[in-house]
Amino acid sequence: MSVTGVREAITRAHHEEWARVVAALTRRFGDLDIAEEAAAEAFATAVERWPADGVPPNPGAWLTTTANRKAIDRIRRENKRDDKQKEARMVWDDPAVPSEPLGAVDDERLRLIFTCCHPALAMQTRVALTLRMVGGLTVPEIARAFLVHESTTGQRITRAKAKIKAARIPYRVPSAEDLPARVSGVLAVLFLVFNEGYLATGPGTDPVRHDLTAEAIRLTRLIRALLPEDGEVAGLLALMLLTEARRTARVSASGELVPLGEQDRGAWDAALVAEGHRLVRERLAAAATGVAPGRYQILAAINAVHTSARDVRDTDWSQVLALYDQLVRLDPSPIVALNRAIAVAELDGPEVALAAVDRLDDKLAGYHAYHATRADLLRRLGYGQKSRAAYDKAIELAGNTAEIAYLTRRRDQLG
Amino acid sequence: MQYLVSVIDDKSNPGRTDRRPAISAFNDRLIAEGYWVFAGGLADTDAATVIDNRGEEAVFSDGPFVESKEYLAGVWVWEAPDLDVALELAAEASKVCDRKIEVRPFLGE
Repeated sequence: MSVTGVREAITRAHHEEWARVVAALTRRFGDLDIAEEAAAEAFATAVERWPADGVPPNPGAWLTTTANRKAIDRIRRENKRDDKQKEARMVWDDPAVPSEPLGAVDDERLRLIFTCCHPALAMQTRVALTLRMVGGLTVPEIARAFLVHESTTGQRITRAKAKIKAARIPYRVPSAEDLPARVSGVLAVLFLVFNEGYLATGPGTDPVRHDLTAEAIRLTRLIRALLPEDGEVAGLLALMLLTEARRTARVSASGELVPLGEQDRGAWDAALVAEGHRLVRERLAAAATGVAPGRYQILAAINAVHTSARDVRDTDWSQVLALYDQLVRLDPSPIVALNRAIAVAELDGPEVALAAVDRLDDKLAGYHAYHATRADLLRRLGYGQKSRAAYDKAIELAGNTAEIAYLTRRRDQLG
Repeated sequence: MQYLVSVIDDKSNPGRTDRRPAISAFNDRLIAEGYWVFAGGLADTDAATVIDNRGEEAVFSDGPFVESKEYLAGVWVWEAPDLDVALELAAEASKVCDRKIEVRPFLGE
């Protein structure tokens, strides 16, 4: 096999097997730290050996066996820790602790995901831990993604592992009764990763961080494969796919944000759009049988309406507004109200929309999109002066480089 | 696994004072289900005395070791198989006591 072939095999194995190896080892040794280190060593060994020995016929099994051996080596080396590990192993495998019924959701990786996204951990910690343990990203990669110091990220993960152990955060899939709330916690982590990629902030960063959006989609696909019946998982995946489909059309060659209405729709990724639409149709069929959709499903449906229009003028705005009305009932947040107002502007005109947006002033005065929306509505109404002031405020608050470039041009075009 | 379960009250926004019967009933349940190890309500922080005998002689000071708006109003020690079980009980305890609850594991040996 060529060098490139081996490298590709290793990358593929890392994508496909990392979480499985970490999960299996955590189950066996009852310790995330040992599992993580042994998995990392096993992959390092693969990088060393596979180019000479060839890629094993079953890379996953090879990696698990190698990682198991590394873990046992470490435990033997740290003789003092040995007793504790035995004890931990006994506790974790204790037959007196009732295990959840086996079924479709019995995948080791799910235990790992639910543990990393446990509500007793802070949100930023959940994100870092999930990207490390489930996604297999390195600490420097995670630190770069969130523009924090490596040492901060490293400490965050180390503390989380220590808390999981000391407080005995269980390594299991939550009971059916707790599952919806816990799944929603996992999805919040993945959505945060996706959004950080999609709306990347910071002067030195690319406007869209494809590595992060791709990782979020990959992990959401994994959850989807593990929990195929969950409507919100399908909804979030559809939402991400329909958003990702527009990625290349969303930033111009000069690095400026291109709003939805001005995008070259031919540049959208047709395969991602089709996959997203399939998922949305699946959820619409479920909704027709009386299953109320959650917020990700509604957001996905809104995106499906937009991506179904070949031309922005074909957009079914009344459908968009109806979906926002549904979303407002579920999530009466000012940000949802702001986005609803954008649909209102298309249906009832910018004046009606502006009145609705102005009512959000006390809640959204610090949010750049509030000022950008106002600036656009004021511009359409011919209030040049007020529009300019609103663009100024939006530019001051925006963090995304492409968005700043777009807002600046719009402002300067006011004349 | 044992957890120290602290009931936290807030001087500027104290919890209701009529919780005793509900707490007794909750304690009975904790005992019946095998979680109960210890429970005790605490007297006002004004009744606390801090002793520091690390120097030449013991120094006594009147009042709690830290003055704060929030203070410890009572404690439990629970035996629970894992944090999820402890957190579920703590969520109930917070309702029963009408106060915030902190769950903290004891050090393993």
